Amino acid sequence: MNTPNSLLIRRSRRSSNLSFVALGLVAVGLVMMPYVVYQSVTSSMVMLFVLVIIASMWNLLAGFGGLVSIGQQAYIGIGAYTVIVMADLGVHPLIGVFFGALTSAMLALPTSWLAFRLRGDYFAVGTWVIAEVYRLVMIKFQFVGGADGKSLVGLSGLDPVMRSALTYWFALGIAILTVLGCFWLLRSRIGLALTAIRDDEVSARAGGIDATRIKRIVYLVSAAGCGLAGGILVVDALRVQPDAIFSVSWSAYMIFIVIIGGIGYLEGPLIGALVFFAMQQFLAEMGTWYLMLLGVLAICAAAWFPKGLWGAFSQKTGFRLFPVGYHVAQRFDTPVDSRAPLFRN
Amino acid sequence: MQILDALAQGILLGGLYTLFAVGLSIMFGVMRIVNLAHGDFAILAAFLAILLVGETSFPVWLVVAITVPAFAAIGYFLQRTLFQQSLNSGPLSTLLVTFGMSIVIQNALLEAFSANPQRLDVGQLATASFPVGPIAIPYIGVLGLMLAILCIVAIELFLRRTATGRMTRAVSDDPDTARLTGANSRHIYGLATGIAFGAVAIAGLLLAARSSVEPTAGSMRLIFAFEAVVIGGLGSLWGTLVGGLSLGVVQTLVAHFDPSSSILAGHLLFLLVLAFRPQGLIPARSL
Repeated sequence: MNTPNSLLIRRSRRSSNLSFVALGLVAVGLVMMPYVVYQSVTSSMVMLFVLVIIASMWNLLAGFGGLVSIGQQAYIGIGAYTVIVMADLGVHPLIGVFFGALTSAMLALPTSWLAFRLRGDYFAVGTWVIAEVYRLVMIKFQFVGGADGKSLVGLSGLDPVMRSALTYWFALGIAILTVLGCFWLLRSRIGLALTAIRDDEVSARAGGIDATRIKRIVYLVSAAGCGLAGGILVVDALRVQPDAIFSVSWSAYMIFIVIIGGIGYLEGPLIGALVFFAMQQFLAEMGTWYLMLLGVLAICAAAWFPKGLWGAFSQKTGFRLFPVGYHVAQRFDTPVDSRAPLFRN
Repeated sequence: MQILDALAQGILLGGLYTLFAVGLSIMFGVMRIVNLAHGDFAILAAFLAILLVGETSFPVWLVVAITVPAFAAIGYFLQRTLFQQSLNSGPLSTLLVTFGMSIVIQNALLEAFSANPQRLDVGQLATASFPVGPIAIPYIGVLGLMLAILCIVAIELFLRRTATGRMTRAVSDDPDTARLTGANSRHIYGLATGIAFGAVAIAGLLLAARSSVEPTAGSMRLIFAFEAVVIGGLGSLWGTLVGGLSLGVVQTLVAHFDPSSSILAGHLLFLLVLAFRPQGLIPARSL
């Protein structure tokens, strides 16, 4: 007898429960870092957290929403500029970061009306143009320093060591929140709809999913996340420079991290960010050769290795750090109580 | 009168934009590939030509005669290997592969030629002009516009009048069905990419002859080409010409009043078309 209700369907396996404990321990370890290591280490780790955030957001957008954007730097820039402007108005920069997320999401809404008119591959270039428009408009505003950029006020009174540790904890906290937020989003109804759209958009629409609405939600969430990342960058660097903050390199980093790590897996951006961060630490002095190496790796991964590191690992072992799907936990020989819920968390 | 001059310059600049956009239009029309390294291949062609002119004593026409067919061949080869592989790997793959290529080409050019802008020396042609009433029309601008129109006519003739062209249209409509009737879609894809790469090499050479180019100039070229395609209407080559000319005219006219807003004005034209006429100025039909 193999009627559907003779199966017990679960989301998490024992291994993922254990790995949650391990992840918790890693998080605690990361929180302790500023007490243990030099300030130079923690300040470079801030960049790692930023990379985790933006790559997770890009993964949500491209890996689950099917929206390949090369214009997410627009929201990094908007988030950063919001912090600068709010600080001028007297808002504490760390609070301003959240306003940055809000501004990014608010501007992403009208942007999505335009960008969503472009299908598939053209969407990618369209978002890039829109990011350029944001940059070109921003440098017209003299009160944020025009093309020169502007310094952040409001954190200068702080002791440098304290400020560095505070930035580190803040970035770590936001990175953890972003990853958990993605996890929660993917397990919600939206996540289910997203997975359906990713697998077959036409069938998903036929099944009653408003695909455009779901994609718009994902686009807004992703913009908000990039806004947070931009805010962290400006809190860390204490100044903003339009060409750097609106640079398409951010998109290149996001894409590289997600492709190497594994697109469509929540774990992918974490692994990819670690790989990218390590390469950056050891190879960045090589300059153009390093960037060429990144490009070649991305090409090879995209063409021959589309599942990335985590995809290959997960397929071999069935191991998932973040259980977002369902799997058969137990198969009974006789039907269990048919009134029992089929799906259980 | 200066306005008239700006208008004429804008139309000629639009010819160059069209030349960049034709290749993008073809590759998307036939294979649904957006080649994000499109502009970078143009710059690569320009720098190879600059290198050839500098290192050998070849005349410019010979360098052009070498570079353009070489790029068509590179295009065919890339399509048969890397692009085909990425087409098989899934819908996102071609975007990511071409984006990676863009990074590789830009940094390879920076490594080989440094960040300094360079120029393809074409002698008198670069600066000579002829008067039409009160305005001076540069020969090289006219050459660009004529080449753009010539490219479109040639491609249209190829698509409509030749057996391979008909096959290309069939493959573009439905590759699987076309394959059933005996079309070798991979070879057709290769030819289409070859045409696109040949066209973009011409565009790159012309750009470097008009003004100096730096290794990272490709991204902006891609964006302009893309805007021309969308403004004109996806899938229509004559639309691409209209799009290219509109973009050139708007940029040049705005530059006449405020040089720092010229590029932004072009972007805004693109966004306006996207908002109010998403099918483009010349409504699309299939290739």
